Amino acid sequence: MEARIRARVNLALTFFALLFFVAGSSPPRQFVISNAERRIDLSSHIINVHLTLKVENAGTRSASEVVLALTPTEVDHLAMVDASAIKGKRKKTTSVRLEVKPTELPDAPPIDTKYFTIYLANPLNSGESTTLEVLYVFTHFLEPFPAEIAQSESQLVFYHDTALILSPYHIKQQTTFIKTPSTKVESFIRMEPTNRVGTEIKYGPYEDRPPYSISPIHVHFENNSPFAVVEELVQEIEISHWGNIQVTEHYKLIHAGARHKGVFSRVDYQSRQSSNGASSFRYLLARLPPRVHSVYYRDEIGNISSSHLRTDSLKSELQIEPRYPLFGGWKATFVIGYGLPLQDFLFESSDDKRYLNFTFGCPLIGMVVDKLTIKVVLPEGSTDPSPVVPFPVEHHLEAKYSSLDVVGRTVVVLEKKNFVPMHNSHFQVYYSFKPIFMLAEPLMLASAFFMLFVACVAYIHIDLSIRK
Amino acid sequence: MATMPASASDLLKSFKLKTKQQELLIRVSILCLVYILAFITRLFSVLRYESMIHEFDPYFNYRTTLYLTENGFYDFWNWFDYESWYPLGRIVGGTLYPGLMVTAVLIYRILRFLRFAVHIREVCVLTAPFFASNTTLVAYFFGKEIWDSGAGLVAAILIAVCPGYISRSVAGSYDNEGVAIFALLFTFYVFVKAVNTGSLAWSLASAFGYFYMVSAWGGYVFIINLIPLYVLVLLITGRYSMRLYVAYNCMYILGMLLAMQIRFVGFQHVQSGEHMAAMGVFFLMQVFYFLDWVKHMLSDTKLFQAFLRITVTSAVAVGGIALGLGMVSGYISPWTGRFYSLLDPTYAKDHIPIIASVSEHQPTAWSSFMFDFHILLFLFPAGLYFCFKRLSDATIFIVMYGLTSMYFAGVMVRLILVATPAVCLISAIAVSATVKNLTVLLRSKNKVVQTGSTKGSGGSKSSSKALLDQSQPFQKNGAIALLFGAFYLLSRYATHCTWVTSEAYSSPSIVLAARGAHGNRVIFDDYREAYFWLRQNTPQDAKVMSWWDYGYQITAMGNRTVIVDNNTWNNTHIATVGRAMSSYEDEAIEIIRSLDVDYVLVVFGGVTGYSSDDINKFLWMVRIGGGVFPVIKEPDYLVNGEYRVDKGAAPKMLNCLIYDRARGVEIGNKDVKLEHLEEAFTTSNWIVRIYRVKPPNNRW
Repeated sequence: MEARIRARVNLALTFFALLFFVAGSSPPRQFVISNAERRIDLSSHIINVHLTLKVENAGTRSASEVVLALTPTEVDHLAMVDASAIKGKRKKTTSVRLEVKPTELPDAPPIDTKYFTIYLANPLNSGESTTLEVLYVFTHFLEPFPAEIAQSESQLVFYHDTALILSPYHIKQQTTFIKTPSTKVESFIRMEPTNRVGTEIKYGPYEDRPPYSISPIHVHFENNSPFAVVEELVQEIEISHWGNIQVTEHYKLIHAGARHKGVFSRVDYQSRQSSNGASSFRYLLARLPPRVHSVYYRDEIGNISSSHLRTDSLKSELQIEPRYPLFGGWKATFVIGYGLPLQDFLFESSDDKRYLNFTFGCPLIGMVVDKLTIKVVLPEGSTDPSPVVPFPVEHHLEAKYSSLDVVGRTVVVLEKKNFVPMHNSHFQVYYSFKPIFMLAEPLMLASAFFMLFVACVAYIHIDLSIRK
Repeated sequence: MATMPASASDLLKSFKLKTKQQELLIRVSILCLVYILAFITRLFSVLRYESMIHEFDPYFNYRTTLYLTENGFYDFWNWFDYESWYPLGRIVGGTLYPGLMVTAVLIYRILRFLRFAVHIREVCVLTAPFFASNTTLVAYFFGKEIWDSGAGLVAAILIAVCPGYISRSVAGSYDNEGVAIFALLFTFYVFVKAVNTGSLAWSLASAFGYFYMVSAWGGYVFIINLIPLYVLVLLITGRYSMRLYVAYNCMYILGMLLAMQIRFVGFQHVQSGEHMAAMGVFFLMQVFYFLDWVKHMLSDTKLFQAFLRITVTSAVAVGGIALGLGMVSGYISPWTGRFYSLLDPTYAKDHIPIIASVSEHQPTAWSSFMFDFHILLFLFPAGLYFCFKRLSDATIFIVMYGLTSMYFAGVMVRLILVATPAVCLISAIAVSATVKNLTVLLRSKNKVVQTGSTKGSGGSKSSSKALLDQSQPFQKNGAIALLFGAFYLLSRYATHCTWVTSEAYSSPSIVLAARGAHGNRVIFDDYREAYFWLRQNTPQDAKVMSWWDYGYQITAMGNRTVIVDNNTWNNTHIATVGRAMSSYEDEAIEIIRSLDVDYVLVVFGGVTGYSSDDINKFLWMVRIGGGVFPVIKEPDYLVNGEYRVDKGAAPKMLNCLIYDRARGVEIGNKDVKLEHLEEAFTTSNWIVRIYRVKPPNNRW
């Protein structure tokens, strides 16, 4: 409740601030948005906003930087922003990914507004126009209200936004579509023309809105999709040049939806499943690489026996069930581990280095990961590690001592906050390794056994007694 | 070219071992195999289930071991545990036997030092099998000491698979007994060795063995009473010697001083009645030594007789007076209840219900002797016979150990464990002696035939055998038949042991397995489900009330504070919980509030038909509660002296708290409405149910 009020106050403040600055502002007026269409998908707890902008260069000079504006609350929950330019007409469209970077505008009016700049591939000449597609992904943005629900109630959430798109440019025409998961919508704020059909609410079209104009709205609707959030995921990828990659994933899972209140009745949960614990979830699905082997699923106090693995040549699916169904606010921690064949993921690069090519992401489907840490444990004796990741991450090096290690293994640690499935992509870690190091541990063991047998032989053949 | 094969055959000849070396090789390889066998036969549970800790007490041991690895020895020694016995707490360092934890951590550190990346849990799980393997080695040496190396080998094989020992040493049963049996047998072995040799080094070793035993298990009291008894028997039978004097004195004095370093034991060696026998025998030894010296000095026997009479009388009188004074002044504490219950099996049932309530404290049934010992039960008397035939200091010891421990095994089920090594050793003597006699018979007869045919005249021994042979014509056949019989029996024993291990002793009891309708294995993992729920979804400082059996598991796996646990040191506190469980809800809530309880955990077998639930244990709650609070009367809960939970149950029974919560929706009293408690969590098979205590209503 408190959070909701704070969010509203924030929004209202921003709004006033915006109103205040609208008159005397001097935004980069070069562009005009001739048509904007926004589609907001609220069907899960990960919110996808697809924004299609038709940008026209109304200035005199050619320009290549288009600025997007977001409110501070949006930026706090923003997991990713992705932009691409649409080329071609009608069915033959191709999209080209564009670079997007957060920027500061020195003379931008509303202090709180945050900006992202899209760098167009080719500068837009005066009078020309282009179509941009922008994808925002927000997490933790839906706010459960009521914040605590009983077992038999379904989960209602608030979504706050503005009916008008926040932009530093003049928008000639704009429409917003909000898609809710079901037809159960408790309330929503109208701003004519507003129209609700089935699971979709349409705001607009609104004509000729000046820059920075907004109009706060909220939608209060039912969302029973599992609000499964991994608070922390530590994934450890251990490379052994003897032919195996061992992956260990430590999960801290929480149900981030409306908190469970009062009684948990197993009778009701088992007998009336449709009306009970609608927002809770029991199963999770993990998509693992093909040819996965020795999969385990356990937690601090032992093995969890409820899991199923299906494998085929293209993918493996692991269905796991936490020890108990998760209701709002309940937590569960567990570990998944599996082995993978080395040749599927480790390659040799042209400059005599080796590299690991692995998926950066969480195998559990539809998860938000608040903090994702990937640790790549290189074999003992490897040098010059360098990670290549398609998006910015923090990284540093550690050392780890595994079985029979003397000098320790180099560990490349990559950290990413607020991770969503859309981030899933491959990353590489390059390193140099001399194959002779592979023999170090077998030789150590062999010599230890050899010494033991020599000692035994010596003991049998040498008479140590003093008396004869 | 021609020299090549010759040198090769020379080489081959040089590799060929002498008979003695062959024997050594066979012996060492048998011992190695037995060592491995003892380890792997205990791994059934790991293969069937997983590498996990079993039962109840091991969870406490595991928790303390974790604490020890994380915080080091000094913190462990001074650990005050707030999470158990709320609101009293427990001084862990001063109330446990640290031997097991220190051993496990030591193994863990060594493995870590050798760069084996093991987890402490794996070490804990495999500690008991590892020590069982070591016990087989000790059994071999012990057998060798008291009989011969053949008996030693048989003893090692027998003890490696004996169910009586396996029951407490399967992988995952991380309990004191696991290492204690090793320590016990080691101490005995080294002591017997010291008595045989009179060597100060061996008796020093036995003092350290005793110290390890004291640090590991409360059963050390058996050692400190058996050894004096043994010494006393030797004295009476006139087997007093300098060897005995050296062995006992060194072992007793050093062992006592070392044992005082264990905080839980402290000064009991000089203050408690249970340890007084050892001290008495110690003084008696001095008197004997003194008399020996006097006898040596005095040449007059008559004078010595008089002196002897006076000295012995006065010594006994002084000893008796000292003991009496000590008892009266309270300096020497009287025997504890557990000790009494050993001497008088009915004592516990009348006086200490909490001891009687534990199933493993019950008197042993005949069937469980058969189950745990199998053929050893018949070989044991035979072995005793052989021991008496060849009486020596060592065989007297093993006979005494066997007889006393068999008596205790009859009193309490769990003490079968202590009797197992003795039974194995004595049976091994029987097997080894029998087989040896039979094979000697077979071989010597062959020799007679051979010598008779080739040389014509044999030695005196073979001729006497020949004479014997004439008197019993089918002796060879009989010997072969007997040998086959013995091997058949031994193979039956091996099969039985494997079967018992796999069927009876390898289920971790925290996970229940059953056969489903289609023959597939169904696993009920409800305990861990509930504990993990507690761990994840209750406030960090939540207090959980349950019957004391589950206390250790809740603290170890649920990581939450409990009111009572398996360390049943405070009877009143347990009785309070028992009272809360067996009162009407309105009365119970008063007790629950006064104990500041947040959650109540009960075990309920109604849905799955799980038999050892709280309703089964309920009568003990009533008895223990009634022992302290006379308000609770056992007959109130019984109908015509019978214990029923269905519709015919006694009215008080139907209304009490535990009934509400354990069989809430079951037969007898349906539609129970709880006023002060609400269901917080129930596991998927309904075995564990957790209730939240509602806060009191606001007053207007």
